[in-house]
Amino acid sequence: MENANERPVDTKEIRELLDANDGARIRTWLSICSRCGLCAESCFFYLANNKDPRLSPAYKFKNTLGEMYRRKGKVDREFLRKCYDILWGECTTCKRCSLYCPFGIDIATMISAARAVCYSQGITPEGLARTLDHYREVGNQMGISSEELRDTCEWMAEEAADEVRGLEIPIDKKGAKYMYTINPREPKYYPLDLAMAAQIFTVARESWTIPSTGWDCTNLPMYAGDRALAGQVVKSMYDKALELGVEKILLTECGHAFRSAAFEGPYFAGYPDGKPPLEVVHSVQLFYEYLSDGRIQIARKLEEPVTYQDPCNVSRNGGLWEEGRRIIEYLAEDFRDMSPNREHNHCCGGGGGYIPMGPEFKRRRMISGRVKAEQIKATGAKIVITPCHNCYDQISDLNEEYNLGIKVSSLKEIICDIMVIPDEFKPESQEKHSD
Amino acid sequence: MDGLYVFLTGPALWITFIIFIGGLILRLAYLFGLSRERDRVFYNHMSFSWAMKSILHWLIPWGSVSLRLQPVFSLVFFVFHVCLLGVPLFLLAHNMLWEEAFGFGLWSLPDVWADILTVILIGCAIFLFVRRLVRLEVRILTTLWDYTVLVLTTLPFVTGFLAYHQQGPYEVMLLLHVVFAEILLIVIPFSKLGHIILFFFTRAFIGFEMGGRRGARPW
Repeated sequence: MENANERPVDTKEIRELLDANDGARIRTWLSICSRCGLCAESCFFYLANNKDPRLSPAYKFKNTLGEMYRRKGKVDREFLRKCYDILWGECTTCKRCSLYCPFGIDIATMISAARAVCYSQGITPEGLARTLDHYREVGNQMGISSEELRDTCEWMAEEAADEVRGLEIPIDKKGAKYMYTINPREPKYYPLDLAMAAQIFTVARESWTIPSTGWDCTNLPMYAGDRALAGQVVKSMYDKALELGVEKILLTECGHAFRSAAFEGPYFAGYPDGKPPLEVVHSVQLFYEYLSDGRIQIARKLEEPVTYQDPCNVSRNGGLWEEGRRIIEYLAEDFRDMSPNREHNHCCGGGGGYIPMGPEFKRRRMISGRVKAEQIKATGAKIVITPCHNCYDQISDLNEEYNLGIKVSSLKEIICDIMVIPDEFKPESQEKHSD
Repeated sequence: MDGLYVFLTGPALWITFIIFIGGLILRLAYLFGLSRERDRVFYNHMSFSWAMKSILHWLIPWGSVSLRLQPVFSLVFFVFHVCLLGVPLFLLAHNMLWEEAFGFGLWSLPDVWADILTVILIGCAIFLFVRRLVRLEVRILTTLWDYTVLVLTTLPFVTGFLAYHQQGPYEVMLLLHVVFAEILLIVIPFSKLGHIILFFFTRAFIGFEMGGRRGARPW
């Protein structure tokens, strides 16, 4: 961002971008917002910051995209700098406000459009910008090569075979039912996530594969404002799935991956009907299926009180809040829901690119996360389960910041911990032992 | 005075109706054209039932979580809109004019009810005006035009009320009533008041987008 500051603003380019976005929806939204202020109470930034009126969603879009249109794109760098603060620092595009607006104005869509304008002038958070080159050059946000991935998978397959006999992590297996796409954090920092997924799939006798390319289901260009790259990222995933002839694309426990692959990605990638070329399934759906069909059985339920963090992009923006809750009921004796919950749940404060935006935004993230911390505290839960890496990180940080005394967990971790390993999958040593 | 009255309730009124209805049609037609080209997402996920639910929940009092969060405002907001539409449409004096001009009119409210509803409407408008001033999250958004539009919306009712009760110079008041009503009708298609029609489209869209695609209730 710093270098870009020296470049003069290309108002013509901005004007073109604004024109391209100037559809009936944005035009209508900008012209009929009646400034009633009802959206304010829906926003956790507003609630967590002593109801600062500048944090109401209407104020945010009015002073960014609204102002860009009002000035017909003739804006300066100082204005864009102010927008930067609002667009990335004060909104996670969680879409909660669109449920609270009498006109149903989709403010997150306008914030995203304004992010694209800023991006066109080289203004985007450093933490996100860094990942873009990796996506461009290697095809994933952390620049992990196919060989590295392969090695990690082999290593994890060996490790996990100690727990589940006959376990494999198939790579590029043609005609598998599911192509399992992951978050690069998993091979890079949490390889056990891969092992755990493999254990669950093996016990469920699933037909699955990890692709050697197009395996990164995350889409940070979508949040950085680089729509062309966002389309490329999602397209390489679809293309790989078509090439392998799989039935469906399965996503790891990641929130925004679902938003990207199932909802917004098809538009970025230029599919005119807005639908992905093959079905996209989130882990929450599949785990729910396993548990309700009995393909995965639970040996003992968790006894500590548990709450479920609805990731915005899995629940409100993905429609899977009931599946998430049913899973927890299979796993835990004492489930305590947050309030509000389901599609009305608050964003944890880590979404919309916030976690990868890094230290520059950490302080604000902790302040705005107060709403979530209080929600969790009120449940009295000791374990917070969430099927999203960003929620996981944010709630772990909130745990420290607000002394919540909780343990954060993904679904995989818990399922692996307490599922029944049928005899045929028990490792030999253990089998002998039990004889 | 009489000549002016005849002009305002004759040719000027016709022009007003033409601008009002024509303006709304033009705005809709323009947006429709634009949407065919740039808002594929509107058409890709259409669902009649989600559109209906998304609209109806915001037409009934406290029909949405958002409206229930601010129950007093919601009540005022609801009553304001009901009076705004109801009083002019069902006012006996207006219906007599319709009868005279076209030979038919709508069912009419008893005058005393129309009177009470007008007072309630003016009360609601004052409440909304004050709310804009005192609630910080509303004040920061409000522009001079927002206050103006609220006043413009209320003036036909204030002048109509005064004229009916023969307060102040009756003829002037009646003329002002007609003029303000005509100004309001002309402003509607070209301002945020266009929501009288556009409301249904934006609500339908969010119904498709959140409800149809995801099952999330936008209310």
